[in-house]
Amino acid sequence: SSGDGIGPEISTAVMKIFEAAKAPIQWEERNVTAIKGPGGKWMIPTEAKDSMDKSKIGLKGPLKTPIAAGHPSMNLLLRKTFDLYANVRPCVSIEGYKTPYTDVDLVTIRENTEGEYSGIEHVIVDGVVQSIKLITEEASQRIAEYAFEYARNNQRASVTAVHKANIMRMSDGLFLRKCREVAENFKDIKFTEMYLDTVCLNMVQDPTQFDVLVMPNLYGDILSDLCAGLIGGLGVTPSGNIGANGVAIFESVHGTAPDIAGKDLANPTALLLSAVMMLRHMGLHGQAKKIETACFDTIRDKKVLTKDLGGNSKCSEFTGEICRRVQDME
Amino acid sequence: YNSSLTKPPPAKYGGRHTVTLIPGDGIGPELLTHVRELFRFCCVPVDFEIVSIDSKSTSDDDMNNAITAIRRNGVALKGNIETNHNLPPSHISRNNILRTSLDLYANVIHCQTLPGVRTRHRDVDIIIIRENTEGEYSSLEHENVPGVVECLKIITRKKSLRIAEYAFNAARQNGRRRVTAVHKANIMKLGDGLFLQCCKEVAAGYPEITFDSMIVDNTTMQLVSKPQQFDVMVMPNLYGSVISNVCAGLVGGPGLVPGANYGKDYAVFETATRNTGKSIANKNIANPTATLLASCLMLDHLRLHGYASMIRKAILATVSETRLHTADLGGQGTTSEVVQSVMREIESKGPRTSEQI
Repeated sequence: SSGDGIGPEISTAVMKIFEAAKAPIQWEERNVTAIKGPGGKWMIPTEAKDSMDKSKIGLKGPLKTPIAAGHPSMNLLLRKTFDLYANVRPCVSIEGYKTPYTDVDLVTIRENTEGEYSGIEHVIVDGVVQSIKLITEEASQRIAEYAFEYARNNQRASVTAVHKANIMRMSDGLFLRKCREVAENFKDIKFTEMYLDTVCLNMVQDPTQFDVLVMPNLYGDILSDLCAGLIGGLGVTPSGNIGANGVAIFESVHGTAPDIAGKDLANPTALLLSAVMMLRHMGLHGQAKKIETACFDTIRDKKVLTKDLGGNSKCSEFTGEICRRVQDME
Repeated sequence: YNSSLTKPPPAKYGGRHTVTLIPGDGIGPELLTHVRELFRFCCVPVDFEIVSIDSKSTSDDDMNNAITAIRRNGVALKGNIETNHNLPPSHISRNNILRTSLDLYANVIHCQTLPGVRTRHRDVDIIIIRENTEGEYSSLEHENVPGVVECLKIITRKKSLRIAEYAFNAARQNGRRRVTAVHKANIMKLGDGLFLQCCKEVAAGYPEITFDSMIVDNTTMQLVSKPQQFDVMVMPNLYGSVISNVCAGLVGGPGLVPGANYGKDYAVFETATRNTGKSIANKNIANPTATLLASCLMLDHLRLHGYASMIRKAILATVSETRLHTADLGGQGTTSEVVQSVMREIESKGPRTSEQI
């Protein structure tokens, strides 16, 4: 799904690069903008859902959520439709795109269905609000299993569970327990536990100490953005959402940037790196490496960069440069 | 840093103050011993009443005695008490109990880049005002259905207004220009929505101060790329934990930043990031700076500004000496070397008369 705003042009960029790389991907474009189904319930268009159920793998550009009353969050709808329970963000420092942090190479794995985002809130009495954070054994086990499997499949050495069980003894305690249980089945992976605040403190001083991090929803939301900030922001950070039944949707997590939409100024890096993540998920490691290297080399070279990366080039020029490098690698 | 919303206890006969001292676990005991050593050296008119609450205390009596002592003295200096998070939920964090029993509603942390400390970002100067008694730290959890735990986050109008008032008042008192409320009201529409609403209401009474708000995840992203944009920040409890740890990390780490917890009637001082430092305890390698600076905040609270300034100046002079840096700052200095240096620094300024103090 191309998405809105700059979505279409960065999607085109990705497809061009994939073509240049001769990646064995056939694209099926579907619109996922919610429609009102029979009975008045908001849903993803049937064609989109059917396509996903068949192919299992999706790539998504940024979506705008209309501020109309009653309109659901697009991302929430997708999440619920495909039970996208794990949000995965690899954060790797990009050589050539300088930030105060170097050698970052970590992955945040965030439980994406429950926790603090249950949406259950009540006004107890006037002026007193109760928001409910839900932690279940099932969801905690599922995300822990995903984290350890991811670590194993991607040759990562350790998994750290991030929690605040000193304060939220029952809920975070349950999450922690499930992580410990799952860790028993993955003796080849080192398992550690760390308080959320200690992770924050250490992350901004020395992010190189971290590898794979697994955590409940809110902490994952915060930490994944913090880590994106370390490597340069949402414009260069890939993201993947893993669902039940083998479904996986990869996406750029930046906004739709309506002010530059249609002007050939957008930076397709985030969507491209998400597509690379997608290739790796599908086992196409060779293609993934080729495209990723071409992208990083282009950025490192600094000759053809989009404005947000510090250059003057158009999106099409940046894309063209990556295509050229990919083809040269043949 | 100026805080006028908490009234300090009056000095006893003879002009001396009694302060409750809670050594805690890990590096707390050794660092607080250094504080006492330093105070004796400087003839600070403070007597410490030591109350030992640590992870080994199991009875409620110990906690109650500690709380009574702090109520009596009005002020405390503490190390962190370790929480065994493998114990059942009935065993609530001792630190949390202290904060809620004494209604220490404002956790105030001032993160500033210090001269001589090498960090990735320069010119950071952020005051964090964190609601310290409710939110996610309400200790209300239950398991109605096996395998399904509910944890309640409580946000009240009363406490949100109170902390917002504290933040804007502090901004005004300290000549700060901008207060940013940190929240996640797009998701927690009622809870964080209420918090945000209260901040807006209080902001209206401080027209000279700019008020804005930022979603917590974006805030952390902004902090690691451009922390200079922030001035005063106010937020509910959990985000406060995240933001204060990020900011402490930005300016040099847990060994440098002091923290204060203010209530209407009581004030408790400690390090900003509340670490026990178990792995480095009793090795003479912990950085005493944060604890020493916390004791200065305490002296300011007691209106002993002369002593506070004298000691603070000496600490800052010492921390700018790279050769004295402890391991957390990348050096090989020991705790006692740092403390000795502070004392030498004070001594070198010559004897003070009581008028100067």
